[in-house]
Amino acid sequence: MKRLISTFAFAGAFGLCAVGAQAATLDQVKSKGFIQCGVSQGLPGFSNPNDKGEWTGLDVDFCRAVAAAVLGDASKVKFTPLSAKDRFTALQSGDIDILSRNTTWTISRDTSLGLNFTGVTYYDGQGFLIRKDKNVNSALELSGASVCTQTGTTTEQNVADFFRANKMEYEVIAFATADETIKAYDSGRCDVYTTDRSGLAAERLKLTNPDDHIVLSEIISKEPLGPVVRHGDDQWFDIVKWTLFAQVNGEELGITSKNADEMLKSENPEVKRIVGTEGKFGEGLGIGNDWAFQILKQVGNYGEMYDRNVGPDTPLKLARGTNALWTKGGLQYAPPIR
Amino acid sequence: MADLAQATATRSRTSFINDPKIRSILFQLAALIIIVLLGWDFLQNAQENLKAQNIATGFGFMENTAGFGISQTLIPYSESSTYGRAFLVGVLNTLLVAVVGIFIATIIGLLVGIGRLSKNFVVRLLSSVYVELLRNLPPLFQILFWYLAVLSALPGPRQSISLFGEVFLSNRGFIVPRPVFAEGTGYVVWAFGLAIVIAVFVASWSKNRLEETGRPLPTFRINLGLIVGLPLIAMALTGFPVSFEAPELKGFNFAGGVRVIPEFIALTVALATYTAAFIAENVRAGIMAVSHGQTEAAHSLGLRSSQTLRLVVIPQAMRVIIPPLTSQYLNLTKNSSLAVAIGYPDLVAVFAGTTLNQTGQAIEIIAITMGVYLVISIITSIIMNTYNRRVALIER
Repeated sequence: MKRLISTFAFAGAFGLCAVGAQAATLDQVKSKGFIQCGVSQGLPGFSNPNDKGEWTGLDVDFCRAVAAAVLGDASKVKFTPLSAKDRFTALQSGDIDILSRNTTWTISRDTSLGLNFTGVTYYDGQGFLIRKDKNVNSALELSGASVCTQTGTTTEQNVADFFRANKMEYEVIAFATADETIKAYDSGRCDVYTTDRSGLAAERLKLTNPDDHIVLSEIISKEPLGPVVRHGDDQWFDIVKWTLFAQVNGEELGITSKNADEMLKSENPEVKRIVGTEGKFGEGLGIGNDWAFQILKQVGNYGEMYDRNVGPDTPLKLARGTNALWTKGGLQYAPPIR
Repeated sequence: MADLAQATATRSRTSFINDPKIRSILFQLAALIIIVLLGWDFLQNAQENLKAQNIATGFGFMENTAGFGISQTLIPYSESSTYGRAFLVGVLNTLLVAVVGIFIATIIGLLVGIGRLSKNFVVRLLSSVYVELLRNLPPLFQILFWYLAVLSALPGPRQSISLFGEVFLSNRGFIVPRPVFAEGTGYVVWAFGLAIVIAVFVASWSKNRLEETGRPLPTFRINLGLIVGLPLIAMALTGFPVSFEAPELKGFNFAGGVRVIPEFIALTVALATYTAAFIAENVRAGIMAVSHGQTEAAHSLGLRSSQTLRLVVIPQAMRVIIPPLTSQYLNLTKNSSLAVAIGYPDLVAVFAGTTLNQTGQAIEIIAITMGVYLVISIITSIIMNTYNRRVALIER
């Protein structure tokens, strides 16, 4: 009889687990009081713990911006480090509320994983890192090379496409984490390390002698990196999407974390709408009317976030390039807040 | 007859519902029905939830183009092959590690196990150190040690260590010349097959002769001569149809030749030596389980130490060794999934890793992967259990 009861208990638990009733993410976040944000396991400039053990980076700041908009406090974020392989499962299963982990937006990920990409926080492209002493100046000279990459990324397919299209031989060795990949490259197992160019700039810093390596000039793919949320929760999708738009619009209007308070007194109608002194746009999102003000005050606009984490004054030294505002010849463009 | 009569009598005395036998069957049936229903409900529920969340389901993805490269393929595979093909590549890579690893582990384990019982102090000490060191370190750590500390420390392809200018060892792996088969190779293969048939015949004949007359025959030497000699004669007669294509440095890597990738070497060596430590203990336990009287009896019959071990002790020890040995084989096979840490393209890395990530169909892929490991394990168990029945003590 005892065995029978345990059989029931097991079967019961099994059945209950299968019932995946999903409450609205916004209500869940409000009731628990923080946002669970999926980030990388350590990619300088994007999501990386600093020497005090605090998470820093562009992707991290974006999650803080969402927390500022929803909870009014940018520090109300908990971070879950995820490998490239596990990231989507963590979001699908509800372990995290946002995936902000240098993730490339592709049609298959957007349509078959039950996920939605909310925008592009960084326009990137895939490149190659190689030792200077190999005397290679172009990616087209890489025939026969051994290529190290991380499994579960778009780079695996891009590199296959690139070598195939140029009729070159290659060998790909795919590792589970970025650290294992860069270690194998550093030890000489591979001739080339490939990932997004921002990632190359970041991972290069982990090499024994970063100056012995160069990033080849070719960009072999489009890698729009952006935050991801679950499909089917339109309200949450809107909040995350408009958080980025608010940051981009903020930069365009010159609202920074330093002058945000003064901007409350601004007479410019566009500024008034974004800081919430005119209109009730927060209500439509189901959050406070000062949502965009809190984002800009606590985290800053897109340009501040970029310069602080990956810009020319950081170890990554990445120029704005395609990530400049549309008014300055870049691709960052946000729909108006009105 | 009496039993049956009594059983019938017992059954008729108690009511149908109180009969313990029928009751137990009823309860088990009820439990089974509930489990099946819950399982069905789980499947339905999962399918509905996935559909509601817009996550793709079904096995149609197996026909889609994979679009990624794999560094070691035992069957023809390219980026334009399907996910189904990538799955097969992964399964074969896992099996390759399992088979080669089990083979090496068994040999090392047997030698070290016997070594631990050796009368020679140095051999005994070395064997003990081997077992205690390798058995007590985590296998993942050992794999990383072999990969990062041993194989990655080798020089690059341009400075590779070369043997006779034909075999090369570098951090890109172990490269040997590729055999090229010309016309006439068929005869050599036939000669090899013929040699094996004759060898089996010689072995059984000499065993019969030993049992009838007591005169032993050096079967091993005769058979070795046959198996090596006959194909050699065939090769000479057909004018050596097998030639070798030597590997040569071209660009970044070697071109031509057969390359064993360092990931495979690291994984196989680490798993084989790790598992061998456990097998050695099984072997030692098996040998110690054979009563010392057997050894003394064999010695007093005039058998030499090696003969005593080979003819008396090991056959009896096998009965004790086989069942735990099966577990070790299964462990090695399952531990091969640690491959992903060093980028060896096994089933978990290729299928439950890359394919899962690209298609996002976690439930299907994890179910298939579990199924594959289950099938491999069950087949290994069946083979070992069959062997176990053959070596089991047959009471006469």
